[in-house]
Amino acid sequence: MDLLRFSTAGSVDDGKSTLIGRLLYDSKGIFEDQLAAIERTSRRRGYSQVDLALLTDGLRAEREQGITIDVAYRYFATPRRKFIIADTPGHVQYTRNMVTGASTADLAIVLVDARKGVLEQSHRHAFIAALLGIPHLVVAVNKMDLVGYDEAVYDRIQDEFSTWAAKLDVHDIQFIPISALHGDNVVTRSLAMTWYQGPSLLYHLEHVYIASDRNLIDVRFPVQWVIRPQTDEHHDYRGYAGQIATGVFKKGDEVVVLPSGKRTRIKRIETFDGELETAAPPLSVSMLLEDEVDVSRGDMICRPHNQPTVTNEFEAMICWMADAPLREGARYTIKHTTRSSKALVEDLRYRIDVNTLHRDESATELGLNEIGRVKLRTSSPLLLDEYRLSRTTGGFVLIDETSQDTVGAGMVVRAGPEPEASEAEVAAA
Amino acid sequence: MIETAQMSERALTRGLTHLDALEAESVFIMREVAAEFERPVLLFSGGKDSIVLLRLAEKAFRPARFPFPIMHIDTGHNFPEVLEFRDRRVAELGERLIVASVQESIDKGRVSEEPGNPSRNRLQTTTLLDAILEHQFDSVFGGARRDEEKARAKERVFSLRDEFGQWEPKAQRPELWSLYNGRLRKGQHMRVFPISNWTEMDVWQYIEREGIEVPSIYFAHERDVFRRDNMWLSTGPFLPNGPDEAVERMVVRYRTVGDMTCTGAVSSTASNLADVIVEVAAARITERGATRADDAFSETAMEDRKREGYF
Ligand SMILES: Nc1nc2c(ncn2[C@@H]2O[C@H](COP(=O)(O)OP(=O)(O)O)[C@@H](O)[C@H]2O)c(=O)[nH]1
Repeated sequence: MDLLRFSTAGSVDDGKSTLIGRLLYDSKGIFEDQLAAIERTSRRRGYSQVDLALLTDGLRAEREQGITIDVAYRYFATPRRKFIIADTPGHVQYTRNMVTGASTADLAIVLVDARKGVLEQSHRHAFIAALLGIPHLVVAVNKMDLVGYDEAVYDRIQDEFSTWAAKLDVHDIQFIPISALHGDNVVTRSLAMTWYQGPSLLYHLEHVYIASDRNLIDVRFPVQWVIRPQTDEHHDYRGYAGQIATGVFKKGDEVVVLPSGKRTRIKRIETFDGELETAAPPLSVSMLLEDEVDVSRGDMICRPHNQPTVTNEFEAMICWMADAPLREGARYTIKHTTRSSKALVEDLRYRIDVNTLHRDESATELGLNEIGRVKLRTSSPLLLDEYRLSRTTGGFVLIDETSQDTVGAGMVVRAGPEPEASEAEVAAA
Repeated sequence: MIETAQMSERALTRGLTHLDALEAESVFIMREVAAEFERPVLLFSGGKDSIVLLRLAEKAFRPARFPFPIMHIDTGHNFPEVLEFRDRRVAELGERLIVASVQESIDKGRVSEEPGNPSRNRLQTTTLLDAILEHQFDSVFGGARRDEEKARAKERVFSLRDEFGQWEPKAQRPELWSLYNGRLRKGQHMRVFPISNWTEMDVWQYIEREGIEVPSIYFAHERDVFRRDNMWLSTGPFLPNGPDEAVERMVVRYRTVGDMTCTGAVSSTASNLADVIVEVAAARITERGATRADDAFSETAMEDRKREGYF
């Protein structure tokens, strides 16, 4: 059995909570006492039927306001897969929560209300999924019962969405017409929509092929912790512990330690359960090296012929997550893999309108929930890959130096300084 | 070329299960804490979740010793089987155990027992916060899981506590990718939940896979119990049954391990791990719902206690 992490996004009342409630309910992920509690609440509120949506509203404030305002994690399993749902709110003022939920997802479900069609917010949800590098997208066209299960309505939505999504970097989009309330095409194929030949939502979640999403090419091992037993038995033992970010490591491989550039070979790949000949993501292991090279937390072990960029300068897309805006000239702490540094915002290239994808190059700050492209410089070099190659070595967070809170999430777009302008360009200018 | 790549990928994927992925994530979290904090501690209750934490710590730090001590918040209302297990397990591991006692907090006048309420669950909070202060711990590993309860479904893996040990659900830090922010302001500390993404089923499957021993009360045994608040409670010196509460000898087991006075047994004949897993798969009541009197008070009981600094 393997693991699929997916996120869900939809606008208020699109039926996201009902859909998740139905998935949990039909896959027996809901327990009797939870059901009894939401039955009581539904009765107290005078609803005619049990509101499955109540299951996914965790905190008191949210229950009072009747909206989901933070990311909530849900779990269920079928005999084929274990699922982790990051249930995220859809309003524009919770973009940061959506980004958070999307950051670890293998798949995103974007809900569209069949009566309303593709709205601006559907664009935003798909854009965020693409920005965060989610490899698989599902567009669930919900409330099909309210449009008479009409194929034409569904086709129109599919066409419109596909045209727009062509602008995005998403390779796998599956459209599914559903009724979350009645269960059509959620777990089992709908009898009311025989014109639809595709899988039910759950079938798709169970079968979508994710093994090839892992990057097994670019070999990266950020060192987290050095294991030094300092006992007689393990006198000179030094295990460099961490989780493999991308790529496959083999015992005996020639490796380079960054940023020092020292070369050596992998002597052993160890785990508590014994040695491994090869190791791939997402395993946590410890590496023992042939030579005594100086390695510490924040360093990265790679292959000599395929290295990340060692640089102080780079450009990234940032989603801003704090009330106080990001401004040019501001300084933050940056955490990238297991390495931290100081970062200076040199330039805000543009702010992107998440609904229209319009770029505003005159922007001078990024407010809460806004997304833009910035140029950053750090006090010590980072070991960067582009985010589209690797979420682990291309993603970072910015931390406010006073509050110590996480204020921004970043995705590297270009590692290293701007390419020099060519002579022709200089001459033309 | 392409063929080789596909073959090796299949070879590498085969055998990698959801438990391997969860374990790798939890080990990563524990190592982050070791690296980013000065004084971590691991809370150990004797229950299955904290037993799994100990195994994960072995996976993360062996052949070296754990870079932190283990701490038990002792309510004084323990199942004897669990205390015996705790001492044996800690000795096997060769690690350091700190016991912080609720009885001592009561004796010192830090807390007082509520008349008529035998449970010391609430009192534990003070003992825990006092111990954190006394030992200057800046980070505390706990075995909580997000599937346990709905307030927990939104709690971060790195969960910040203020000077009063309180959790502020509205002021949680965004937590993206595997980038955990361990920075603290003065007075704050971090609760860290490495098995946030595990379910009760995952925990049992892992215990079976790893061949980890758990206290005997998790398996079916005969016990004198009586019915209170819709639960089967064990009779004992801390918890006398009332005049209307008839004691019966039943075959039961526990799904969680906690304060004897508010942890209920379930009627069960599951006498080994395989049976327990079958039972968990078929269970239609959450483990907290079945066995924790303290959560039944109000729909938001857990959230309220967490805000006060509970585990
Ligand atoms: N007719 C119909 N109503 C639905 C469907 N899905 C959700 N609803 C209703 O739409 C309303 C909003 O649903 P909810 O799940 O709370 O939406 P959320 O805000 O996206 O979580 C509720 O009254 C649901 O019962 C559907 O497929 N068909």
